[in-house]
Amino acid sequence: MTFIDYYKILGVGKTATEKEIKNAYRKLARKYHPDLNPDNKEAEKKFKEINEANEVLSNSENRKKYDQYGKDWQHAEEFEKAKQQQQSQHQYSQQGFSSEDFSEQDFSDYFESMFGRTGTYSRQRSKTKFKGQDFNAELHLNLKDIYEAHQQIITVNNNKIRLTIPAGVENNQIIKIQGKGGKGVNGGPNGDLYIKFIINNNTQFKRDGNNLYANIDLDLYTSILGGEINIDTFKGKAKLKIKPGTQNETKVRLKGKGFPIYKQEGKFGDLIITYHLKIPTNLSAKEKELFKELQKLR
Amino acid sequence: MTNKNLISIKNLCSHYEIEFSFVDALNKIGLIQIEIIEQNHFIHQDQIGDFEKMIRLHTELNVNLEGIDVVFNLLEKEKELRNELNTLKNRLRLYEND
Repeated sequence: MTFIDYYKILGVGKTATEKEIKNAYRKLARKYHPDLNPDNKEAEKKFKEINEANEVLSNSENRKKYDQYGKDWQHAEEFEKAKQQQQSQHQYSQQGFSSEDFSEQDFSDYFESMFGRTGTYSRQRSKTKFKGQDFNAELHLNLKDIYEAHQQIITVNNNKIRLTIPAGVENNQIIKIQGKGGKGVNGGPNGDLYIKFIINNNTQFKRDGNNLYANIDLDLYTSILGGEINIDTFKGKAKLKIKPGTQNETKVRLKGKGFPIYKQEGKFGDLIITYHLKIPTNLSAKEKELFKELQKLR
Repeated sequence: MTNKNLISIKNLCSHYEIEFSFVDALNKIGLIQIEIIEQNHFIHQDQIGDFEKMIRLHTELNVNLEGIDVVFNLLEKEKELRNELNTLKNRLRLYEND
């Protein structure tokens, strides 16, 4: 556990007045507040730090204790014990958390060692009832897993949640599960759970939205004379007719053979095939001779 | 829209300990939509998340109503840009590792 310089966090000097501390806190809070920085873990961490710094420095008693014991935080425990003994004689009546909208996880170990797990400070906050903390989680899936809707049980903060994963969910898409976040504060509603899908594509297909893309090698003779080839689609095999004289990089669109459209049951995007002409190499003497004959005919 | 999805403003004011005038001002500025049924004021439950955010911006950061409006507009733009960035990143993957 290392010493945390709360003055440095708020960017104020050790002699800063209450007003200067308040102004510094407000300025930083406006910059790093989670509501203004959605999905920004760095800002969230920073916001917790400045809150913690403010908890200590905006309270004269805490600030005095921090200034006295800050660097020697181990001694603060003894200080705390003595203080608790003193408080118990006066029927300690403060109710649980005085920090309404922050859970104990929001404070550093250093803070807890100095000021106790539930905070022995008293903060003049309104008793506003707040929605619980929103949780964020990542779910890693393979592309094949999301071709069809399916149910999966996931564990978030030791709670098992049965989740229906819709077919066609996008990579990095975030879905909200209402009420599965942190518990509400002061009787407020529970927070929400935000799940970000990370889709790993280990197939031969490339995906762009609902469309799939695949490259198919085409031999010279089929390309010139036409024919039929069997190709793999995402769901199975398909037979394709090749027109005589098919050029390299020709694209063919197979309607409805792409990826399921998100939340539109039974609807699919397209599969776009690009033909890559394979020119034969290592020709035999006979083949070369025949090609030369063909060349003469042109 | 059924009544069961509507939450009484009176209850909300009591729950969040805020004045009705604040909710009314949010409605006037167009940040929330108040439904009036038989002279009672309601808000749709889908708006609660944003509504709480507005309360936090106001109480924790001292942002006034006009500021909240600006913040919400910018957050909406940021969300659109993030979605666009996500789509472009996914599209870029088409050309990577070729």
